[in-house]
Amino acid sequence: MTMEMINTIILCALTIIIFSLTHWLSKISISVSFFHILFHPMIMSAFLVYIFLISLEVDYQSYRIANEPFYFFLDTAIVALAIPVYNQLKQFKEIFKPLILTLIFAASLASFSALGLAFAFGLEVNVLTSIAPKSVTTPIALRIAEEIGGDPSMTTGIVVATGLMGIIFGPIVFKILNIQDDRIRGYILGISAHAIGSARAFKINRRCGSFAVLGLGMTGVFTALVLPYLVLLIVN
Amino acid sequence: MLRGILVLLIFQGIGEYVVYLGNIPIPSSVVGMLLFFLTLLATNITIPLWVEESSDLVIRFLYLFLVPSCVGCLFLIQEDLSIWLYILVSTFVSTLLTLFFGSLIMKFFLVRHDQKIKINR
Repeated sequence: MTMEMINTIILCALTIIIFSLTHWLSKISISVSFFHILFHPMIMSAFLVYIFLISLEVDYQSYRIANEPFYFFLDTAIVALAIPVYNQLKQFKEIFKPLILTLIFAASLASFSALGLAFAFGLEVNVLTSIAPKSVTTPIALRIAEEIGGDPSMTTGIVVATGLMGIIFGPIVFKILNIQDDRIRGYILGISAHAIGSARAFKINRRCGSFAVLGLGMTGVFTALVLPYLVLLIVN
Repeated sequence: MLRGILVLLIFQGIGEYVVYLGNIPIPSSVVGMLLFFLTLLATNITIPLWVEESSDLVIRFLYLFLVPSCVGCLFLIQEDLSIWLYILVSTFVSTLLTLFFGSLIMKFFLVRHDQKIKINR
């Protein structure tokens, strides 16, 4: 066994060990509702792994290469997303048309408003392409970013930030607009705040959560189908 | 359980192959997901439990699969903190706009849809 192989296994195991630990921590902290989101296993793991790597003076590149297997299963998870979307769509097919129209409008707004603002701030092209898929569920967003020349790591951070903002301000906006329809609350949370929004929607009620899952799945597919061609068009 | 994973992997593979053949700029996993979705739609089956179980399993571990790129983001923030203020402001305003106008437009479409159904009756 070469030294390189051992390093790879250690770095890969590091992710799994820390994730199991934070997963357990998040389970026991479930009663403290405000801290629960900060104790999200993904966010906590990222910080802990980061601290480990910095103190052990490991560069990100070698960590990234050692954890390549996880990137493979990310794609498997995207394929698996077809099942919940299929189940929900079958259930709500009588309002298919309003759902599609809302999707086209809201998903485009989510992408282009962020893109426009970032452009107005004079940010570089690689930041623009990283911010464009910001409302898409993280695994798909990451793949879209790769496709259009963005930085997948930057996209991940932006997507997580978007999700957190969505669940903080979503309920406030619904209150101001006096929206009590579960279909709207769920679907819009799913479109604007992806999986983090769906988790919040499931706390409102099950119906709301179903619409959020539908919203997140359809936003992912819609953005993945449209954005790469738009970017190609602009570049040409 | 393993049979279900195999089904997912087959569609992942087909997606990869279609993207390779057609040279299309869409992420291969999304193509795989769409093909899986269309297959379900065409056969119109209730999804067997063994497929549902494996898809739940993979989705449950999604956050583990995402840890490496989150770590990458922390390295990026450490490298260049200054652009993140602009990124966060853009994200914030954009999220508010989406929530606000998204809700309004969906309300509009739903009301219009309900009225149409009433008229048809």
